[in-house]
Amino acid sequence: MRLRLKGARVVDPGSIDDYKDIIIFDGMIEAVIDPSSPYPPVMLDSSDPSSVTKGLKSEENDTNYSEAGKIGVDNFPVEEGDTNYSEKGKVEASPTVSGEGYTNCSKEADITEIDLAGMVVVPGLIDMHVHLREPGQEYKETIETGLKAAARGGFTAVCPMPNTNPVNDNAQITAFMVNRAKSLGGTRLYPVGAITRGLKGENLAEYGDMKQAGIVAITDDGRPVENARVMRRAMEYARGLGIPVISHAEDLSLAGDGSMNEGIVATRLGIKGIPNAAESTVVMRDIALAELTGARLHIAHVSCEESVDAIRQGKKRGVNVTAETAPHYFTITDEAVAEYDTNAKMNPPLRTEQDRLAVIEGLSDGTLDIIATDHAPHSLLEKDVEFDRAAFGIVGLETALGLSLQLVNNGSLTFDELIEKMSKKPAALLNINNDIVPGNPADLTIIDPDAFWSVNPETFFSKGRNTPFAGYHLRGEVYMTMVQGTIAYHRTDGGQ
Amino acid sequence: MRFEHKDLLTLDALSSEEITMILDTAEGMKEISNRPIKKVPTLRGKTVVLFFQEPSTRTKISFDIAGKRLSADTISISSGSSSIVKGETLIDTARNLEAMNPDIVVIRHSSSGAATLIAGRIKASVINAGDGLHAHPTQALLDLMTVREKKGRIEGLKIAIIGDIAHSRVARSDITGFTKMGASVTVAAPLTMIPKGIEKLGCRVAPDADSCIEGADVVMMLRIQKERQEQILFPTEREYSNLFGLTEKRLKSARRDVLVMHPGPMNRGVEISNDVADGSHSVILDQVTNGVALRMAVFYLVAGGVKHAA
Repeated sequence: MRLRLKGARVVDPGSIDDYKDIIIFDGMIEAVIDPSSPYPPVMLDSSDPSSVTKGLKSEENDTNYSEAGKIGVDNFPVEEGDTNYSEKGKVEASPTVSGEGYTNCSKEADITEIDLAGMVVVPGLIDMHVHLREPGQEYKETIETGLKAAARGGFTAVCPMPNTNPVNDNAQITAFMVNRAKSLGGTRLYPVGAITRGLKGENLAEYGDMKQAGIVAITDDGRPVENARVMRRAMEYARGLGIPVISHAEDLSLAGDGSMNEGIVATRLGIKGIPNAAESTVVMRDIALAELTGARLHIAHVSCEESVDAIRQGKKRGVNVTAETAPHYFTITDEAVAEYDTNAKMNPPLRTEQDRLAVIEGLSDGTLDIIATDHAPHSLLEKDVEFDRAAFGIVGLETALGLSLQLVNNGSLTFDELIEKMSKKPAALLNINNDIVPGNPADLTIIDPDAFWSVNPETFFSKGRNTPFAGYHLRGEVYMTMVQGTIAYHRTDGGQ
Repeated sequence: MRFEHKDLLTLDALSSEEITMILDTAEGMKEISNRPIKKVPTLRGKTVVLFFQEPSTRTKISFDIAGKRLSADTISISSGSSSIVKGETLIDTARNLEAMNPDIVVIRHSSSGAATLIAGRIKASVINAGDGLHAHPTQALLDLMTVREKKGRIEGLKIAIIGDIAHSRVARSDITGFTKMGASVTVAAPLTMIPKGIEKLGCRVAPDADSCIEGADVVMMLRIQKERQEQILFPTEREYSNLFGLTEKRLKSARRDVLVMHPGPMNRGVEISNDVADGSHSVILDQVTNGVALRMAVFYLVAGGVKHAA
């Protein structure tokens, strides 16, 4: 069976920004064609279908849609935006095609059309920083609920961190995760292995074995590698295997038993603080080690101005470093802790407005390459307690795109830049090819850019309800998530 | 005028008028403690639970005596005897207390925000007897009461607070309370003990003890906890005492009628010298006496009483 994604604007940063129809066959992208083109192509001047496809991609489309190719999501033509979501995206099992400009040629091809007028199709989003809690803490989240939440958040792939129980520091655990995800279908799972055995910071884990089993990077996330010599050896060893090292940058002696950002709010609330330097000093150390070793270094969850500056300087010097931040760091500040709201407690902590703006600046000037969620589901057992005893972390999969789109809505990023940071850059770092081109798997995220919706944790697919964004009104929502040509999530409620 | 708050968690929530009402009520209560029969029937039939998760002697006794002088039934739970040690969560403990229908729960807890957390979950009035590093509102109120009693006013006075501001809930509540009542507060300590942004609470930070004390109407010394030395906050008690300890000599730069206060327990010879602690300026024991009256007033007001009705 073939699918034709019809009527959407297709954005693959750097190559496509145009109204295109995508033909999917057997889970793969078979063709990307002009919306008015029949499929299979009517052979008028060539017997080679690929040449027709290529031809369709070039000049004649540009003349029609050149303007659309330059605009951000904010400027999406109003007449294309349909406020009646119930009709949009209706899957038409019938091969009959309705609507002007289409030539009915699908009978013999048995094409199922999906009407995506008003939608934007982008390469599948990848969240390279999640905690799915399985094995070991299935009461918080499972691979199944985590992947469903990911699909709902528009992610076609996620990278679970190794701080499970047991730790993902060996090929057996890696294989368990990979097989579990495969048996479930839906969003793909690319595990990240441990840097050190048991996350203890002492001995290197078997990266080679784990790589064969499916890991795409290594980290001791949740903990820093405290010993600089161990980190150096890990970088050297990983470099030989061609896998990036992800740094959870935190100086534990500086962080102490702090539970929120050190600053005015912590002082008022009487909560012990974690200074920016607890993060930035280790960012600087690891950049120096990456320079020493030539390893591919990726800094996780950047929260503060000093870290952004350090990464900017490192990049200027040519160090092989990339970095991510999370939506909460560019959306809210430590003021969100308000009266001891444990749903605003995470590590690194929410910082000040100055840091928030520095993070946005870092995203917009390219210092921060990637937006990842650090999705960290917890149950009420860990969160409905005294603030200093509450667990660190918030869920993020189902709010990430909505929150990040606000950066586009307010002009901080272009839509292309956002898709770079949520899809293309993580794909490049992890050696995943998710370009929207014939021959690639149909891993696609379909966004309804003008839908208004409210965050309601009660409706989350994740087991975690720990979010500070409950009640947030956002513009731009995931409409559909497709993995290998199969619909992993489809908004059915007609919007909220 | 009625006291409109269910709980007393922090002074932030109170207006200066409300603080004045509490102080006025406490003054009225003070006389009861001087009667031969130190008991009035005001809170007869009311149950007050004293839930102290953190060790405390004087605060707990002060609340206990205050409740008993108003004829309330007071029941104590301490960390050793409570089910906290058996792994029960704070919220479950609170719910269990609630199920026994107390009227007032007094809580002391090592976590900042613990009183706020409980207050949101139970119907009984919650009085914060100290939560972590956050607040100790009845201590600040009894300090205000003592100063007003001795000086006749609070507004316009210069208050010096010296000690570990960063780790002191008393300092936070005093800064808030005295500032709210129109006094100006200056703090001093080694900079390791001055938390970031403390000025936003309304105080000034003096560069050293002497400039903090100069011209002060009130000098409040905070206890230096010996454990803090392990957290690398100061090198030795000897040096702390030299730089920040209150001595007769140092006190000379304050106003002649300066009041010396301390929330206790004191480390004599460390933050305060013997002669100052026991000297003519010291009102440290008046603070303790006033603590009972102040807590009687707080019980009375949160239980729904009106001003001066004792």
